[in-house]
Amino acid sequence: MAAVRIPPTLRAEVGGLRELEAGGDTVAAVLDDLVERYPSLGEQLLADGELASYVNVYLGGEDIRTLDGLETPVHDGETLILLPAMAGGV
Amino acid sequence: MASYRELLARVKGEIEEISSIDAQALIEAREAPLFVDVREPDEWEEGHIPGAIYVTRGRLESRIEGLVPDKSRPLVVYCASGSRSAFAAKALAEMGYEDVSSLAGGFVDWKRNGFDITIPRVLSPEQRSRYSRHLLIPEVGEEGQQRLLDARVLLVGAGGLGSPASLYLAAAGVGTLGIVDADVVDESNLQRQIVHSTDRLGEPKVLSAKRTLEALNPDVRVVPFEERLTSENVERILADGWDVIVDGADNFPTRYLVNDASVWHGIPVVHGSIFRFEGQVTVFAPGAGPCYRCLFPQPPPAELAPSCAEGGVLGVLPGIIGSIQANETLKLILDRGDTLAGRLLLFDALGTTLDEVNVRRDPYCPVCGDSPTITEYVDYVEFCNVPLAVE
Repeated sequence: MAAVRIPPTLRAEVGGLRELEAGGDTVAAVLDDLVERYPSLGEQLLADGELASYVNVYLGGEDIRTLDGLETPVHDGETLILLPAMAGGV
Repeated sequence: MASYRELLARVKGEIEEISSIDAQALIEAREAPLFVDVREPDEWEEGHIPGAIYVTRGRLESRIEGLVPDKSRPLVVYCASGSRSAFAAKALAEMGYEDVSSLAGGFVDWKRNGFDITIPRVLSPEQRSRYSRHLLIPEVGEEGQQRLLDARVLLVGAGGLGSPASLYLAAAGVGTLGIVDADVVDESNLQRQIVHSTDRLGEPKVLSAKRTLEALNPDVRVVPFEERLTSENVERILADGWDVIVDGADNFPTRYLVNDASVWHGIPVVHGSIFRFEGQVTVFAPGAGPCYRCLFPQPPPAELAPSCAEGGVLGVLPGIIGSIQANETLKLILDRGDTLAGRLLLFDALGTTLDEVNVRRDPYCPVCGDSPTITEYVDYVEFCNVPLAVE
């Protein structure tokens, strides 16, 4: 199982949780597990089955797009950070 | 017992002297010695030989080894007329400096010959007192403080992030602060926008901020831009020449405008954003790191972007993120330390945790990449504007 950090902009989709556990050997599998449990998260994260361009996913501090994308392997105990763009400054 | 005259004559017999004309000839032959000015502070401030190092006669012995570790380096010591420097040259020779001369006739003779002098820019006594805690830090010092006073920083937004950032930059003595904001002060701003106050309700934020900041520090000139940054005015506002942009905007269209303009003008951006209990902060340094579009190539579609008014924010959060933005800005001006370029800090006020992720320049970035596809300003839909107007 991997830990997934949920950003404040997406917490409404997961019942207000800041972090949750999800299973899978790759980033795609972990996200599939999440979306299966929280379908509305899918609309926020994915576009045409790909990661939306305004959402970043980090594994070990690195953007998965600089690794193997959705096929990047995920090991037990690792932490994924979901990071959609946010604009607020007021 | 020897009188002063006898002592001076004896010392001058024990040291080397060099005339102004011979010293100037060394400079012209590109064999310039290191000039050591041993006069009093007020004499130094009225002018000195270019490139000279300064240490008063009274502190010469205790300081010189720190300033000039290489004892074989040729030195020419000077004072006003060549007397104090004669004693100084003797002391340096006794400390093992191998090639020391005293400038015969001193600075007075140097000036009489019409050779180059430098008149240092100095802080006033009031500035010396105001910035004393900066002057004590080697990384800032008098030179750094002058850089801050000469610096021009443009703040986009005089709200939650712009408030603490502008207050600390003004307090630090950043000489010119441009502020872009079209809003007026509203009661609901005062829970976090600490540059404003209750007696400013209804006043344009840029003018309220100008009053606060110029009252805090009379060295600071605030240039107000009472308008919203758009593709129409961004070139005019940036034409004023800014060293750093502090992005505390409240919407995506402005953030992409700021980014694209900063890349095209080569101005570093200190970026901060906040939402509820969480903040993000980083530095985008054109040419030296990623830009905002490397991080997020496009804004999210309007229907998925979080509404600003619904979002809410803990009042102290912009204080923390905006202060980090001020910190990064000061380091960029001073050219000291390591900035957040290439690193995005994620601060969670609820858990009090700080995470860091790497942000890399994307060679396919539409603006700063190797083959840019965006070459003029894009006006995105202002999906966060309506709720804000209510705020």
